[in-house]
Amino acid sequence: MKSQISNLKSQTSNLQPPTSSFALEVQRRSGENVFRCYYCQKCTIGCPTAYAMDYQPAQVLKMIQLGMREPLLKSSAPWLCVGCEACGTRCPNGISLAPVMDTLKYMALEAGYAPPETTVYALHRAFVNSIKIFGRVHETSMLVEYVLRSKDLVSIVRSNIDVAVTLLLKRKIPILPERVEGLGQVKELYRRAGR
Amino acid sequence: MKYSYYPGCTASTTAVEYGLSTEAVCEALGIELIELRDWNCCGATSGHALSHELATSLPGRNVAIAQAAGLDMAIPCPACYQRCLAADKRFQEDETWRAEMEGLLDFEYTGQARPRHLLDIIGHDLDWDDIAARVKKPLEGLKPVSYYGCVLVRPPELTGWDDPEHPVIMDRLLQAMGAEPVSWSYIVDCCGASLTLNRSDVVVVLVNRLVQAAEEAGANCIASACGMCQINLDTRQKDHHMPILYFTELLGLALDLPVTDAWFKRHAIDPRPLLRSLGLV
Repeated sequence: MKSQISNLKSQTSNLQPPTSSFALEVQRRSGENVFRCYYCQKCTIGCPTAYAMDYQPAQVLKMIQLGMREPLLKSSAPWLCVGCEACGTRCPNGISLAPVMDTLKYMALEAGYAPPETTVYALHRAFVNSIKIFGRVHETSMLVEYVLRSKDLVSIVRSNIDVAVTLLLKRKIPILPERVEGLGQVKELYRRAGR
Repeated sequence: MKYSYYPGCTASTTAVEYGLSTEAVCEALGIELIELRDWNCCGATSGHALSHELATSLPGRNVAIAQAAGLDMAIPCPACYQRCLAADKRFQEDETWRAEMEGLLDFEYTGQARPRHLLDIIGHDLDWDDIAARVKKPLEGLKPVSYYGCVLVRPPELTGWDDPEHPVIMDRLLQAMGAEPVSWSYIVDCCGASLTLNRSDVVVVLVNRLVQAAEEAGANCIASACGMCQINLDTRQKDHHMPILYFTELLGLALDLPVTDAWFKRHAIDPRPLLRSLGLV
């Protein structure tokens, strides 16, 4: 028995945790220790949008550990994460998954992968751009930009027309934008962020 | 009681009745709201989805503006609230960034302007007996479920609520108004609002699960503290007719403020038939 254990020790002493440069980069940029995940899947169970993702939250963590860079940077999961933080709040190992999902989005864009969720990405772009122009979001022009940017015009109009009409009738979408006076400062924040 | 007021973009648009009822109720309760001069959008979900830097620098400008007055920030929108908390935390922890932002935005960080959600302020800074004494029209027969949604309570290391899974402050407030809040299991579940325009198929599933659960719990309305939850649940529920009311609207009703009708008529699902059947309007 003793010799078996020492034999096992000598065999495993050179083994390192399965760290990949990809996993280390995700860890460094997100500030989260992804290696602490022991796959209890509590994050997946509590995630409101997991059912629509190609890889579910716990799978995403496991794939990061295993260095599966390409499938993750092409994945819909980070784009369907709504940042509700249920996963991070409930993780027994204290891993906050929302910053990990954001980090995967940044890395996918930097590496030139087109987000598979085209409408989600189109709305983010239009939203962030609206703030750059006015300092505050102007719903009307933001929605126009969103529709123009998205490549699925018919389905967007079909799934949102009822809501758009309701909001117009209830006077909840303003015609004119509000513009902040310190727009120069806002634009400087964008310049610093490289956007 | 004085606070710096950060209304956020939705308070005058898609959540206009939240903005109006916030201001009216605070005035009635002796809470003075001083609107932040020249505030900007916090970036919300899209900010942190596309840029780690904008995720804190955009709300950071609002926290910066609030420093001079040195008053706690009253924020009705949970997304604005959570983003401002994240920026405030970075001001405290990242000295290089703080110094850079102080130079860029011409302010001095004092840490004297804590970002706080309006529900926290009304629930913790006011005297409960005083609120109960001001209730002129107890909301008898109203059976709301308290619905906090996601970023109002999470992540708990930022928000610090009584309990991130079972917060009770909204139930207590509703009880003080004379309503009979109903227990349910979806109190802090996310409604998916940031996907409402771009993956409405997903959002319809989430919203209808919530509304169905509220109905099964025996509720006749949902009480909300979030402009995005409210508009999402109000416009995306199918085959239900569940009114979604802001806690500030209910407070205004209980205080018998004369302006409530102007709020209720902005809802997609008109809450007035329910309120009329209970003799509340």
